[in-house]
Amino acid sequence: MTENYKMRVSHLNFYYGKAQALHDISLNIKKSQVTALIGPSGCGKSTFLRCLNRMNDLIPSGRVEGEIIFDDFDINAPSVDVVMLRRRVGMVFQKPNPFPKNIFENVAYGLRVNGVKDKAFIESRVEESLKKAALWDEIRDRLHESALGLSGGQQQRLCIARALAVEPEIVLMDEPASALDPIATQKIEDLIGELKENYTIIIVTHNMQQAARVSDMTAFFYMGKLIELDETDTLFTRPRLKQTEDYITGRFG
Amino acid sequence: MAKHFQRELEKIKKSILSLGAIVEDRVRLAIKSIESRDAAIAEQIINMDYEIDEMEVEIEEECLKVLALHQPVAVDLRFLISVIKINNDLERIADETVNIAYRIKVISKNKDCKFIFDYALMAEKASAMLRMSLDAMVGLDTDMAFKVCLMDDDVDVFVRNTYEQLKLSILKTPGDAGILINMFLISRHIERIGDHATNIAEEVIYVTDGEIVRHGNF
Amino acid sequence: MEEKKIFELSFEKALCRRKRVQKILFMLFRIAALINCAALFLIVAFIFMKGWKAITWEFLTQSPLEMMTKGGILPCIVGTLFLGIGAIVVALPIGVASAIYLNEYARPGKLLRLIRLGISNLAGVPSVVFGLFGLAFFVIWLKMGVSIIAGVLTLASLTLPVIIGSTEEALKSVPNTYREASLALGATRWQTIYRVVVPAALPGILTGAILGLSRAAGETAPIMFTAAVFYTPNIPASPFDKIMALPYHIYVLATAGTNIEATRPLQYGTALVLITLVLGMNLAAIVWRSKLRKKMK
Repeated sequence: MTENYKMRVSHLNFYYGKAQALHDISLNIKKSQVTALIGPSGCGKSTFLRCLNRMNDLIPSGRVEGEIIFDDFDINAPSVDVVMLRRRVGMVFQKPNPFPKNIFENVAYGLRVNGVKDKAFIESRVEESLKKAALWDEIRDRLHESALGLSGGQQQRLCIARALAVEPEIVLMDEPASALDPIATQKIEDLIGELKENYTIIIVTHNMQQAARVSDMTAFFYMGKLIELDETDTLFTRPRLKQTEDYITGRFG
Repeated sequence: MAKHFQRELEKIKKSILSLGAIVEDRVRLAIKSIESRDAAIAEQIINMDYEIDEMEVEIEEECLKVLALHQPVAVDLRFLISVIKINNDLERIADETVNIAYRIKVISKNKDCKFIFDYALMAEKASAMLRMSLDAMVGLDTDMAFKVCLMDDDVDVFVRNTYEQLKLSILKTPGDAGILINMFLISRHIERIGDHATNIAEEVIYVTDGEIVRHGNF
Repeated sequence: MEEKKIFELSFEKALCRRKRVQKILFMLFRIAALINCAALFLIVAFIFMKGWKAITWEFLTQSPLEMMTKGGILPCIVGTLFLGIGAIVVALPIGVASAIYLNEYARPGKLLRLIRLGISNLAGVPSVVFGLFGLAFFVIWLKMGVSIIAGVLTLASLTLPVIIGSTEEALKSVPNTYREASLALGATRWQTIYRVVVPAALPGILTGAILGLSRAAGETAPIMFTAAVFYTPNIPASPFDKIMALPYHIYVLATAGTNIEATRPLQYGTALVLITLVLGMNLAAIVWRSKLRKKMK
């Protein structure tokens, strides 16, 4: 049964200095599924997401308590190599952030920093990743042009390709479509649907319809606590808790 | 955005309740026409039916509009789906009263034929079922809704008894077979009114509990 | 109705006044900017007027003759270039490394604040004090004597805060999102710095370097006691040689020469060469930076 879970979070608390941002969060992430985290602004969902690949380490006053088990080890244990963890747990950010390099080098970046030198391998992996991100056909002749010349939606798909190039097992997405227009958003959502076969995806979103469209499981966060976690179709047709129902029907938040 | 949406929901709620009240009246009128065998009342019922058809279309269009524009979820979604189905059931109940009216018109031509079947109790029961299901809808009262579902069995018993009586009566006076069959058919219409009331009660349970309890599994 | 009219009238009046105020202020700002340009123009024009006659091929390629009243300033040009480039060669690596440490690695705290305080104070030290420091430390204590190397090191100390400042600016202007994206892909902090941050900050770093170079080339006081001499016959062959330099040459000709009046045109000529060199380098920096910026887009 535990092989079904890619990540198991147990009694997670997170503090910014003295202020507590996450209270006793426990949830399990199933393999090859899309889990959506929803909740009003400031409820802690992004903070939670960033705990999963230890990006919160970059915050000097941040402190973690509790366990996050990935495969068979706790990612916060002192013996864990953060660099290795971040290769296996990738992240796509809210605002597309390609490097000021050309498209090819952007996607190849992850491979190069992780020590891959074989030119042929890098080339084939770049092509593969761009295909997976549904971007290959659009830019196959422009690989050596600057990535900053792409549209917002293309840049975000490039960032997804870049993240996929290092073959992560989990992909974390922090509101990946919030800076994009509706058509680009649609493409990203379609992409997520295709990717979930081979990757476990956790997505933070403000847009409840997006969570409903795209995810298998949905977790509702409020004020740093996990209120309800359920299958998406159940949560959106008959949620267990009134608080959840009030949020998703727009009666508050 | 939410305020506008809430107002629309309230409007739909009021509409379906007023349709329920009108249909309840129509059923009472139909029962009266059965008791008095008055063709005039029957004519009234037939002529007024268009009102209910119009209201049904209006309510359904309102629901579709809200579904498209507001994409509701959870309880709001269940509510709208139920309103559409209850809307449909109410209109069918009204159709059954029209059918009863047609039967009365045929029967009333023959003034001397006695009314073999006593429909008072059965009609009362069906009318009560309708009233209770509408009350359950207003108060989202699942207990009352369950009671309605149980009452449906009693109505079925009535129909079976009436069928037995019909067989005996035709053997006794085969010449009156036409009239007798028309009289029997009235019981079938009343039975269907009870069925539709049961459907309404099942929808009420769905809105409140999120459980689909159709086809007698409760 | 009356009220509305009065209301609108006062809006109209105020509008006229507001537009007038804006017009006057913007004109004042334009004048300030023009004064700026005018000042530069006047200086360059003045030096040019007074000095262009002295610029001849011999002037630029020969050594001075007859107690500086004739001949050229070639050794000064060479000396200035050595000193300037030398200063940058020393200051750039140290400065960039310091800036990287301060901006990317250092954890905020008392130590960091102390270091920053030190650097900003260093920037405010008068150049003549640098000269005395260089004399006391490099020339005397480290026994380098008056030499190119002492001059280069003194100039490097002066240029260091400039390099650190401009490099830090450049590093700060690299959006944090690049660093996050790199780390999220499994890169170490060092890989992030040398593969993403520094390349992105390169235009800023290079322009800072060139500005530092032009500053070092133009300083007089730091080299007065540490490297420059009135006259040396040979082109310097070792770092421990003494050297001539353009700014020092101007100073010497204008104050200590035996025949100041006679050398006046040469003074202006030297000044013209120095200004051309400095302005030229600044211009090159600006052009190069905008080219690099275009490449990044």
